[in-house]
Amino acid sequence: MSAHVVPKKTYITVWGILMILTVVTALVSRIDLGHLSAIVALAIATGKALLVVLFFMGVKYINQKMTIVVIVAGIFWLAILMVLSMADYGTRLWS
Amino acid sequence: MSDSATVADHNPALQHHFADMEQQQQAATMGMWVFLITEIMFFGGMFLAYMVYRYMYYAAFVAGSQAMDFWYGTINTIVLICSSLTMALAVRASQVGQRKALVALLIVTMLFGCAFMGIKAIEYTGHWRDHQFPGANFHFAGPDPQHIEIFFSLYWAMTGFHALHMLIGIVVVGFITFYAWRGRYGPDYHNPVENVGLYWHFVDIVWIYLYPLLYLISHKHTG
Repeated sequence: MSAHVVPKKTYITVWGILMILTVVTALVSRIDLGHLSAIVALAIATGKALLVVLFFMGVKYINQKMTIVVIVAGIFWLAILMVLSMADYGTRLWS
Repeated sequence: MSDSATVADHNPALQHHFADMEQQQQAATMGMWVFLITEIMFFGGMFLAYMVYRYMYYAAFVAGSQAMDFWYGTINTIVLICSSLTMALAVRASQVGQRKALVALLIVTMLFGCAFMGIKAIEYTGHWRDHQFPGANFHFAGPDPQHIEIFFSLYWAMTGFHALHMLIGIVVVGFITFYAWRGRYGPDYHNPVENVGLYWHFVDIVWIYLYPLLYLISHKHTG
């Protein structure tokens, strides 16, 4: 048995992209985008989180399907929590 | 079937209820992810509360966010991303059996973690001094202080639980470093290093979302 060993270069490249995205989101926050600023900032954060999950946490290299099912189910649950709750609270003031 | 032969052949780290090291490794990884899903549920509830209250009391949340220090948040984000790199490289070092590199990288990861906690402590001290802790002594100049207090309640709860996770992470990495120094981990057995790595990256991801929500998205609003 041997784990999939990822080249150091891959980790350092991912780290570089994460640093660039951090600087980008910090700079964008200095511009007044109104309500769009939350969407832009969360989109960049999701991009960073995906990089961490796929490369640093090695999900890209997992070869056991059951583990992938667990991860996807967890993220799907989080989506239900967020989307359905906001569909409720977000529309209560509509009349 | 001879029991003595089986005992002699298998890796000493193999638990008796697993067929082989690969199965043990896969079970450990999946078990860790199940735990991380419960952590997503735990933090998810607080993130949802933040979204709902921000939607309901938008102006108060903008005012509260503007009391956050942009630089503390940004520097801590950079510190955590660097710690995730050293943790990823540490896991790699354990996979290829580089004991000294593994120990060194785990120590650097802990130092980054301590740097994060130090900066957070300075930041907390400022908020405490400025009466920005919810409760009897809470004070915020300007309109709608009771809803700004909700912002600060969520701020302390979310960053507080994140900091608690960091603290636990640093302690666990400390134990792993000790065992790594003793030479317990190598190409055949490194589940504990991989799992503490998964935990560390998860805590990093929580901060990746806390940073824009608390420090960035209301920075330039006029309320």
